Amino acid sequence: MTQRPERHRQIHLAAHFPGVNSTTVWSDPRSGSHIDFSSFEHLARTAERGLFDFFFLAEGLRPREHKGRIHDLDVVGRPESLTVLSALAAVTERLGLAGTVSATFNEPFELARRFAALDHLSGGRAAWNVVTTSDAFTGENFRRGGYLDRADRYTRAAEFLATARELWDSWTPQGRPRPFAHHGEHFRIEGEFTSPRSPQGHPVVIQAGDSSEGREFAASAADVIFTRHGTLEAGRAFYADVKGRLAAYGRHADELKIMPGVTWVLGDTAAEAQEKAAEIRREQVSPQNAILALEQVWGVDLSSYDPDGPLPAIDPEPASELAQGRVKITDPFAVAAKWRALSEAKGLSIRQTVIETTARQSFIGTPASVAEQMAEFVGADAADGFILVPHLTPGGLDDFVGKVVPLLQERGAYRTEYRGATLRSHLGLREPVWKG
Amino acid sequence: MTPPTGRGPLHLAAAIDLPEVHEAAPYAELALLAERGALDFVTLGDSFARPGPDALAVAAGIAPRTGRVGLVPTVTTTHTEPFHVQAAVATLDWVSRGRAGWLVDVSATEAEARLFGRRPAAPREELWREAGDVADAATRLWDSWEDDAEIRDVATGRFIDRDKLHHVDFEGSTFSVRGPSIVPRPPQGHPVRVVDATAPPARETAARHADVALVRAASALQADAARAELRGLAARSGRDPDALRVFAALVVDLGGGECAAEPGHGGGPLPTAQGPAYRGGPVDLAELIAGWHRAGAVDGFHLTPLEPRRDLERLVNGTVALLQHRGLFRTFYPGSTLREHLGLARPANRYAQLAGKPGSLVGEPS
Repeated sequence: MTQRPERHRQIHLAAHFPGVNSTTVWSDPRSGSHIDFSSFEHLARTAERGLFDFFFLAEGLRPREHKGRIHDLDVVGRPESLTVLSALAAVTERLGLAGTVSATFNEPFELARRFAALDHLSGGRAAWNVVTTSDAFTGENFRRGGYLDRADRYTRAAEFLATARELWDSWTPQGRPRPFAHHGEHFRIEGEFTSPRSPQGHPVVIQAGDSSEGREFAASAADVIFTRHGTLEAGRAFYADVKGRLAAYGRHADELKIMPGVTWVLGDTAAEAQEKAAEIRREQVSPQNAILALEQVWGVDLSSYDPDGPLPAIDPEPASELAQGRVKITDPFAVAAKWRALSEAKGLSIRQTVIETTARQSFIGTPASVAEQMAEFVGADAADGFILVPHLTPGGLDDFVGKVVPLLQERGAYRTEYRGATLRSHLGLREPVWKG
Repeated sequence: MTPPTGRGPLHLAAAIDLPEVHEAAPYAELALLAERGALDFVTLGDSFARPGPDALAVAAGIAPRTGRVGLVPTVTTTHTEPFHVQAAVATLDWVSRGRAGWLVDVSATEAEARLFGRRPAAPREELWREAGDVADAATRLWDSWEDDAEIRDVATGRFIDRDKLHHVDFEGSTFSVRGPSIVPRPPQGHPVRVVDATAPPARETAARHADVALVRAASALQADAARAELRGLAARSGRDPDALRVFAALVVDLGGGECAAEPGHGGGPLPTAQGPAYRGGPVDLAELIAGWHRAGAVDGFHLTPLEPRRDLERLVNGTVALLQHRGLFRTFYPGSTLREHLGLARPANRYAQLAGKPGSLVGEPS
């Protein structure tokens, strides 16, 4: 056993609602509705029972397409984030409520107002995960269209957030609106904001995205960064890099919480957990999903290939527009070469290769070993906490809250009660200075 | 049920606006009071032009605290994105389990335009035409998923039947939307659209796209004329006029006692800055409602209490109780969705093909 360095480092936990993604096992008989409010309520209440910092919803503004047709293999369809979160505010008391909303296909006045409303309705529990998109495919649903250059994404997002903060700061401490005027590169707006200062002053700001611009944006302006660095080494490197960027903005390392999105599998024994993990990976990568994953790398139709057969001998097609609404694979040749090497070395079929390379779980083991791994991760400065991504809706968090949370509490690594009422207080963040 | 008087069952709705209140609980109290009176729906006003909370967010915050009453927030169409608006209203329908409505409005002032900085103010006629486009695009997006699109077919690995999702390819004069929606078709098919049709620029849009039209009328005669005009416009646009409910909209001040109207008021509404206002007791208001409805002038009433807490309580415990006692208003909700309260059918999906789809035979007459 270690010296329990984690006693001084409290783990932060958040819950992701597993909506549209390729990891939800919708074919499991325990998988319920991903759209009925009762599912959101179940997962949020479970997260609150587990004393989590917040509940997190992703966003997608157009159903994904593959080969010009709507992608039909994973969960499709989701509600609009802020409306669900406003309803969840009524059935939870302390849990933070985080919504992903694009800074590209919205306007600062309206969005600042909607987040202020959520912060008021929830008594100070709102968070905004700021994302951007440069994707003309998504733009086809909006007045704006797909106009935004990739290079302008973060400049617009940064100005968007700065403008929202001007609006949140615009009322007087006496509770009266005061005129604002913002004249910048992306926005020229003026008038009066409609909402008094909300309980948190500014809703908590989350940033997701791993590019250098994304990291810089997070260091300059975010309270939480949502990452995908799932291994201890990658986590430590990312942690050091991002925390190191804060000083340049006059910020302390504690002012930005680093929370990777992680999955877990529990078993009564280590072997049972490994067995369950392998089974979940098989369910996540159906034969059809294996071919789809391959097509996204190769950029061509591979539907005639046998998922249980070998990888294609042909080279990928560069610059393919095969898949729309997904993260683009930047170097398909490198990915294909890696997959081929793995397949040849281990004698893996297409489906087995995809399972090996894409369907990784972060923490596998008994509740005690998962608690220990998590504490070690945080103790080693690889993260401040985790955003848990269950593979089942809506009961996917039940085992974690029932079995792992009490063990984290026993180790002194996790809170045993909410001390404050706002999300900022759960995260140990100060209220922003009112530039009034 | 065949009602003894009027053109059909009486419908009642109330505004529950609380200027300067940003928490959910006081709104939920008013909505629960309205629900105790079995009112069809409550409305929440909204505008970017004055302090006040986001109405749709407040309605969502009320949804889990109530069980039956319809929730109708105002959402404007001028500076908002039609795709976001339809997704938010559809989501309100999901979180309220089929009780969502949408009071469609425009933002006509230069001051509102400056809050967004994207387009200058435009004449109301143009804005209402655009509002009609937004309402139209919204119903297409609500239909862009057929009701049975989610199949979870393990054998073929398909979560949805992609043939039951549809691009809408809507082309309006100010915007276009490709679709389909991100939100599966909401429980009511189409959440209920409400339009204040008092001002002429809004009337055509109301006749074409509203399920409920509000008319600020100072007399039964005025209400009757507006109702006839709206039904005529609806018929000319190819709709069944019986699928449009016309409500008289009145401001009510019930602070004046049990029965006595203000001297000189004669029990009828008087013009004010906010529209025709009724001032008097709950009993006289019940008389007015019964009288206008019996005359066939309106399908229902939308009442805006001058003092929300006081007047809504008097409305429910006095006026509504009396109407119920006389058998003129229901005492419970026979259905669970707002459409059911209003006696409006769940619309058929325009994209669903009739062959082999018995569900699509159930719908509103076209």
